[in-house]
Amino acid sequence: MSMRGRLATVLGLFLVAVGLIVWSVATFLSPGVPGGVIDFTKAQAAGQPVNLTIQSVGSIGTGDHPTWVSYLAKNPTTGKWVHDTTWKLPANTVINVTVLQYDSGSPLRNQEWGQVQGTIGDTATLNGANFSVYNSNTGNGVGHTFAVPALNLSVPMVGVSSSATVCGVAPCGTSFAHNTETFSFKTPGPGNYSWQCFVPCGLGYLFGNGGGMSTQNYMGGFLQVVR
Amino acid sequence: MSSENSMKNETNHLRKMTTIWVILSLAADLLFWFWVGPHVPPGTMTSTAKSNQFDFTFLVLFALPVLIGVWVYLGYAIVTWSAKRDNVPEPIGGEVARSNRKAQVSWITITSIVVLFLAGFGTVAVINDHGSGGGEGPNPIWNPGGASKAEAAALTSNASWSPNSNQVLPVQVIAQQWKFTYRYPTFGGFESSELILPVGTTVAFNVTSLDVIHSFWAYQLSVKADANPQVNDVAYTDTKQLGNFTVRCSELCGLWHGSMFNYGKVVSQSDFMNWAKTTESANAANTANLPPFAWTYVPDANGAAGGYYPDGTVTPYSTVEVYGSKQPAS
Repeated sequence: MSMRGRLATVLGLFLVAVGLIVWSVATFLSPGVPGGVIDFTKAQAAGQPVNLTIQSVGSIGTGDHPTWVSYLAKNPTTGKWVHDTTWKLPANTVINVTVLQYDSGSPLRNQEWGQVQGTIGDTATLNGANFSVYNSNTGNGVGHTFAVPALNLSVPMVGVSSSATVCGVAPCGTSFAHNTETFSFKTPGPGNYSWQCFVPCGLGYLFGNGGGMSTQNYMGGFLQVVR
Repeated sequence: MSSENSMKNETNHLRKMTTIWVILSLAADLLFWFWVGPHVPPGTMTSTAKSNQFDFTFLVLFALPVLIGVWVYLGYAIVTWSAKRDNVPEPIGGEVARSNRKAQVSWITITSIVVLFLAGFGTVAVINDHGSGGGEGPNPIWNPGGASKAEAAALTSNASWSPNSNQVLPVQVIAQQWKFTYRYPTFGGFESSELILPVGTTVAFNVTSLDVIHSFWAYQLSVKADANPQVNDVAYTDTKQLGNFTVRCSELCGLWHGSMFNYGKVVSQSDFMNWAKTTESANAANTANLPPFAWTYVPDANGAAGGYYPDGTVTPYSTVEVYGSKQPAS
């Protein structure tokens, strides 16, 4: 092979290697399929409280992982339940959250998450009754939590009876057994704040933190707080 | 005669290089010590931070002359023995390339002394500073006075701490995917998402995990200890200054590892006492639901919040403390 041919071959292989490295790094760094963003900033006048309605289900029932546990949110514009866990919220605004909890519960791994923290008044309501601490060793236990670590916000989602008819395909209708919890918190300044469940509810995975607990758009996401 | 001149020239070169090296090294060391040193991380918020800042500065004082020595030699050689400039023959091969036993012995001796001295210096620093803020495992050998007593008292609910008492304050760091929480056995064993510490106090961090391996890194405190499940990793420091610090997980631990951080505060002893008492009271209802204070915990095996879920079966009950669950069956 001529010198020019050799150089061209070496250059070609070099470019292929660089391309593979760039592709590998980009693939590794990409967050997978984060889903879309639900915009809650336009559903009300500026400065007014925002209503965020979400539901937690024991199994999403559809898609690539139908058995995985998940959160869903109600789109404020269309009123439809959407399987997206990145929510755009206005900064420095009171967010009134309503959670429809359709999953069963159990004792918490860390009872610290049985305490309501970071909400306005450090309280929440469970089916209309105020509470600030829930003992997960009693009753139906706790199914999930809704927590934003950077805001020190954490609210336990009390489980429904495991003997009840549990919803298996989301979105779940209110005819299925569920608990309704409400609480309010105030968003901070602009930024991306991750939220997650602190109950290791990834069934079938080591320590329960795999599957839906380790994949965006199931048991965690972001509060995309904007001006 | 020619050989004598050659030797004389070599001596002159060595003298010139040495003079340049001494002047530059002295200037660099003085500049670093007075200008950069006080700003070297991790600062001076704790005894371990201050000690590590000093150690880092001290090591740089040794490293700079070595670095400058290499640079001076290279620079001098390029300027003085450049073949292009003075048509001096290439110094490759021949007499000039032969080994110089004196230079070799000097180099090996000096570098050996420096390395051995630094090894000794590092060892003494670790011992004198009670582990330099690093995790020493469950049985620390370099513990400060009063630490063993305070930690033994913590397990029997007899621990106490009050301002100006010079008592060691044990704080338990509990890592879990993906957040750190903190238990204060001295104040009824309450658990909090906040890490507040009193100034002027020896703190014993007892670090453990409820699931996978994490690492507790309080950067400004210069404290770093791995958080392993069912292991109590102990690290010590003395708080010296008021201020805020950052806690990060420094062990890649899953999806939200990047979000596993929080901010702590070193406050006055009276402020700490007020905070601790207020939080103990406010959290009392939840503290009653926590397991008895222990240095390590195992994940619950009683249900969906349990450890491993191989197709719905549960792991056996453990005889040690089970965190946040029904107590083990007798």
